[in-house]
Amino acid sequence: MKQLFTNRKPWLFLLVLLFLAYPFIVGQSVYLISIFVMVCVYAITAMALDLLIGFGGQVSIGHAGFLSVGGYTVAILTTKLGLPFLLVLPLSGVITGIIGLLIGLPAVRLSGNFLAVVSLGFGLSIPQIALNWDSLTGGYSGLPLARPEWLSNDSQFIYVIILMTVVIIWILHNIVKSRLGRAFVAIRESEVAAQATGINVPLYKTLMFVISAFFTGIAGGLYGYWIGFVSPNDFSVFTSFLLLGMIVIGGLASIPGAIIGAIIFTVLPELTKSLIGLTNIIIGIAIVGIILFRPNGLISLLEMFRIKKPSKKVMDEQEVYLSDLEQGGAARDANV
Amino acid sequence: MQIIASGLIFGCIYALAALGLVLIFKTTEVANFAHGEMAMITTFISYVFLSKYGFPYLAALGLALLFALVFGIVVYVLVMKRVQSAPHLNQVVLTLGLFMIFNGLAGLKWGYQPTSFPEAFHGDPFKLGSIFISTNEIFTVGLTLVLMLLFFLLFRFTKAGLGMRAASQDIMASELMGIKVSGVFMGAWAIGTALGGIAGMMTAPVTFLSPNMMGEVLIIAFAGAVLGGFNSLPGAVIGGLIVGVFENLVSYYVAPELKIVFTFLLIVVVLYIRPQGIFGGAKIVKKV
Repeated sequence: MKQLFTNRKPWLFLLVLLFLAYPFIVGQSVYLISIFVMVCVYAITAMALDLLIGFGGQVSIGHAGFLSVGGYTVAILTTKLGLPFLLVLPLSGVITGIIGLLIGLPAVRLSGNFLAVVSLGFGLSIPQIALNWDSLTGGYSGLPLARPEWLSNDSQFIYVIILMTVVIIWILHNIVKSRLGRAFVAIRESEVAAQATGINVPLYKTLMFVISAFFTGIAGGLYGYWIGFVSPNDFSVFTSFLLLGMIVIGGLASIPGAIIGAIIFTVLPELTKSLIGLTNIIIGIAIVGIILFRPNGLISLLEMFRIKKPSKKVMDEQEVYLSDLEQGGAARDANV
Repeated sequence: MQIIASGLIFGCIYALAALGLVLIFKTTEVANFAHGEMAMITTFISYVFLSKYGFPYLAALGLALLFALVFGIVVYVLVMKRVQSAPHLNQVVLTLGLFMIFNGLAGLKWGYQPTSFPEAFHGDPFKLGSIFISTNEIFTVGLTLVLMLLFFLLFRFTKAGLGMRAASQDIMASELMGIKVSGVFMGAWAIGTALGGIAGMMTAPVTFLSPNMMGEVLIIAFAGAVLGGFNSLPGAVIGGLIVGVFENLVSYYVAPELKIVFTFLLIVVVLYIRPQGIFGGAKIVKKV
């Protein structure tokens, strides 16, 4: 029984199963399917962002910009160049990855708030550029795009989205567990120490941005194909804030956490849609409440449940040690 | 000349907002993303005093600033105090949550319809050398300069300023030295919010009063603060001014829609050359 809880594979498998079964469960309801698609798009983006922030420690408040780039890449390549779907979708990732490289290069030298502002500027600039580059992006009216014939039906396309989501979860899971992921965590913990152990910090930091942008671009591409239309208003800075909220609420540096966050932040606005004007307040209260009372994110509920006993012991020991120090420790014993 | 002058005037508003941001960051190490929304609420309060109760401008300004002081303390005590030692990202996301709550509440209470907001001083613009300038604009510039000087002196020469500087360096050590850290932080939040409120009241006549009026101002103020190093009060003011002038030049010579793109391009270039900002000082890694 205990092994079932500690081993992640069955959980991953269950998740995949749930994803596959979902369209059957909800039947043909277009509304629920479109919510589900948005969950997938945001889950991919949140995981990619988590790789950057949670594992790599590089703050980005402009990831919605990468989503827009992905969406526009798909639209432009399909309508202007007429490239086939199977080529366009990976290309949306590649082109966004190249943009990520351009952002990552100056970001290598920055950290903390400075990086936050640069990425924020990127997230703000992309919609403005899209709005003003009429000849390429269609300006204010946006760009329509058509899915290929063999995917024109929504219930067919949803399997592409599910497949991509599962594959990306699997790839990111492996990246995190690999040499690459360990290097990212080392950089997050201490750049100096990482450098001293022989990690090429600038290279890995840039790589982090490129990988994160790549997967976000694919998510943006999927979104573009699903809606069949891209416009400058699709992803604003507000989306970037929400993405940041997702990974913190779900739990930083945890792939299931990012998925949980994506689900919550996609479903919550839908649930509160009927209460006009209250959506922002409710999302805000949820964010504030979870950070105040569950600072490690919702995923910590699960972890607490999983390894309850050993962690409690460690805590007790630490407490004794601390209180000893606080009250004077050895000095008090000696009656000084 | 005229373009640079009006850029400087708008830069002063950015500088005021940036000053509050930096003040809070310098003492408590929290980058407050809800700053603009708190300023917006303060401005709405002053508008209520002005229009509903018919107070004169300066009285409404004073009362609103009083409200801002209390508002800052309430936010600090109720929310920010609990996450004082939490990771920075948690604090940032928390302020984003506050941002959404304040924005939603203001929308609920006052609606999203923009309303006009009076200026501090009326009167036609007059000619000064080769530029046109109005009394209100002079008031804005003067206020910014006075406040900047005041805070610079406060930080440098008073006990409270010393406490703020000490608390920002090491919370525990300054507590052991007898500084009431939570009191100092409370003060920083109160004053920072009041500064934001002043910036809000200077912005409102230009952009009209609405719950979303401070969004862009805050982002540009943040950019200006970062440009100045995010840790230095004169840096915040100069960063704000640079951004204001640059933005105005871009909107005149290139295109008004692209000003944000170019502003951030400028910041990327500056930060690439000097990653710690113009007045940031050397970056030292204390702990490995």
